[in-house]
Amino acid sequence: MQSLFRFLLDGAREALRGGSMYRLWCIGLLVVAAFGTLQYIEQLRHGLMVTGMSDQVSWGFYIANFAFLVGIAAAAVLLVIPAYAFHRSDVKEVVLLGEGMAVAAVTMAILFVIVDLGRPDRLWHMIPYIGRFNFPGSLLAWDVVVLNVYLLLNLCIPFYILYSRYRGHAPSTRAYFPFVVLAMFWAISIHAVTAFLFSANSGRPFWHTSLLAPRFIASAFASGPALIILTLQVLRRVTAYPVKQSVIDMLAVIMMIAMQINVFFVIAELFTDFYNEGAHAASIHYLFLGMHGFDALRNWIWIALLMNLVAMVILTVNPWRREMRLLNLACVLGFVGIWIEKGMGLVIPGYIPTPLGEIFEYFPTGTEFAIALAIWAIGLLMFTVMAKVAIAVETGRMRAPPPSHDLAVNPEG
Amino acid sequence: MSNDSQKAGDKFDQARRGFLEKLGKAAAGAGAASALPAPAWGGASFLEAFGDMFNKQYKKMTRKEIDAALSRIRRRALRQYGVEIDCDDTPPQENVVFGYAINISTCQGYRDCVHACVKENNLGRDSQVEYIRVLEMDQGTRNLEEADHYYDPDTVPVEGKYYLPVQCMQCDDPPCVKACPVEATWMEPDGIVVIDYDWCIGCRYCMAACPYWARHFNWSQPKLPPEEINTKTHYLGNRPRPRGVVEKCHFCIQRTREGGQPACMEACPTGARVFGNLLDPDSEIRYILENKTVFRLKEDLGTEPKLWYYTD
Repeated sequence: MQSLFRFLLDGAREALRGGSMYRLWCIGLLVVAAFGTLQYIEQLRHGLMVTGMSDQVSWGFYIANFAFLVGIAAAAVLLVIPAYAFHRSDVKEVVLLGEGMAVAAVTMAILFVIVDLGRPDRLWHMIPYIGRFNFPGSLLAWDVVVLNVYLLLNLCIPFYILYSRYRGHAPSTRAYFPFVVLAMFWAISIHAVTAFLFSANSGRPFWHTSLLAPRFIASAFASGPALIILTLQVLRRVTAYPVKQSVIDMLAVIMMIAMQINVFFVIAELFTDFYNEGAHAASIHYLFLGMHGFDALRNWIWIALLMNLVAMVILTVNPWRREMRLLNLACVLGFVGIWIEKGMGLVIPGYIPTPLGEIFEYFPTGTEFAIALAIWAIGLLMFTVMAKVAIAVETGRMRAPPPSHDLAVNPEG
Repeated sequence: MSNDSQKAGDKFDQARRGFLEKLGKAAAGAGAASALPAPAWGGASFLEAFGDMFNKQYKKMTRKEIDAALSRIRRRALRQYGVEIDCDDTPPQENVVFGYAINISTCQGYRDCVHACVKENNLGRDSQVEYIRVLEMDQGTRNLEEADHYYDPDTVPVEGKYYLPVQCMQCDDPPCVKACPVEATWMEPDGIVVIDYDWCIGCRYCMAACPYWARHFNWSQPKLPPEEINTKTHYLGNRPRPRGVVEKCHFCIQRTREGGQPACMEACPTGARVFGNLLDPDSEIRYILENKTVFRLKEDLGTEPKLWYYTD
């Protein structure tokens, strides 16, 4: 108990320590988070009317970010599987960072749902027994369950491993491996359930397609590795932590395949909807071509499509993929492209036209941007702190002073 | 308490205005609200705010808790609007399932139903939410995407057009109810899909699930002119709604459960609307369903709407 306390204390100390760049980065994030929090207080005071949402488009920028971030969270499994199931030592060295990213991404996703609620003061209505939880009927209830369990899994596994290493023990594989296996399946479940949340609505033809869940997984496995590749390079530069190139190469190949599949799915969707254009195609028509003079998303979706295509080509050509600068370009393009495509590009057209055929466009407000930015800042800050502590433990910089009665000391871990 | 409102009209309004003036002078000293201290917690006492905060879901409440909630609702209306309302929770009648049929050959698109509904159900006047939307359609098509939602000619009906009023269909297999993560909306034994406004968390997933765009959200605190408030209200129906929750048509539960007609039917000048008990073989609505050409909107989605359209 005492050592757990010391572990947390040392962790906090490690998080607060750092060079001027590190401090500047953290303070900058805190400022962004604080500004958005003030905006959120305004939203609480006036209600959701400070957003651009309406009865016609009743979900907007918040839920768009939510859908995207669940995918980022799920993609951590792409490090977990090679690390724990195939025992690749190079991946194992960075798997904790992937799990940290999952924690940050799930937290952001949950925050995006909370800021979208009309009555956050009634959140407790969701707690089983105290409130009334419509499980298993409601897909939103499913999402609450899978996201929270996923958060817990990705907190506990790295915590156990880090805490063991901190005390100089080798983490017992038998203790954590069952949970790792669970986390692998759970990663797929969080994103599948999030897709089902949308595709369950038969009154929204744009979402109501069985391709939605596969599309979600494919785009997650493209955007997730993109973020991990970029993050690992940043960490390699700003910390002493060794990140092997082989890990980045592996992730680039995964991203290549996922992006190819993702683009293929988009083409499949476009063909099916446009070849014999029926009522089912109204939303996709609005999205890609505009409708009756309304085309707020048209340029965005074409830019996103272009970004994804360029990323796919770079990734597919072997020498280009190995050129780090080009790979990084592909990662940025793929990340932003998918953020547009399955964020705003997925959520908003589901509402346009409305089930009664009305076209009413949606534009996010400054408040929504500020709050969204704050949530991203909180997520980045969480990841920064977790990565800092994890790296300190992994490199042996943060260790418990060996107590005299402790027997099995294994500094290697 | 006032059990009136629909027809007593002007006379009552005057009386109420007089009452309001007195109320202002007496500084919230009237009736149930006598113990209110200076505004805090949004004008409520701590106990009052606490009671609102931990209100249980309607179906989980005991009789005593419901009565306490009802009197809190009355006090809240007095605080917010300075109006004494009557709020009850009249239960469903035995062997009654409500259904609605609208004759689209007689509907002329006057929208009297829409306006009567706004008044009857205390809909926010600033938000312009309306439970009923009348669509103007070209003769020869039923493509909703070609419908005009905001038709505004000098006179209706317009040559070559027909009118299709749409509102909550009170589906027998309601996708909105399935969607709600906290069971804040459900179907009552008399077939009405209701919302507990004090339980809804405002996630708006039900709005995504509804194929009829029947659900509306209170993006801000709805504004009601006190003199226009309908004081006869129902817990699951037309009581003043808080901000941040979803609402929709409830077949005028405050009227129909007591044998009355929905306000939209009463207001319709052409007699296009027929409301009644689907379980009563002698009812007019049953006659229509058995003898007229009827259809339901988006029947293929399998939600079993309990609102039919028919033609002569």
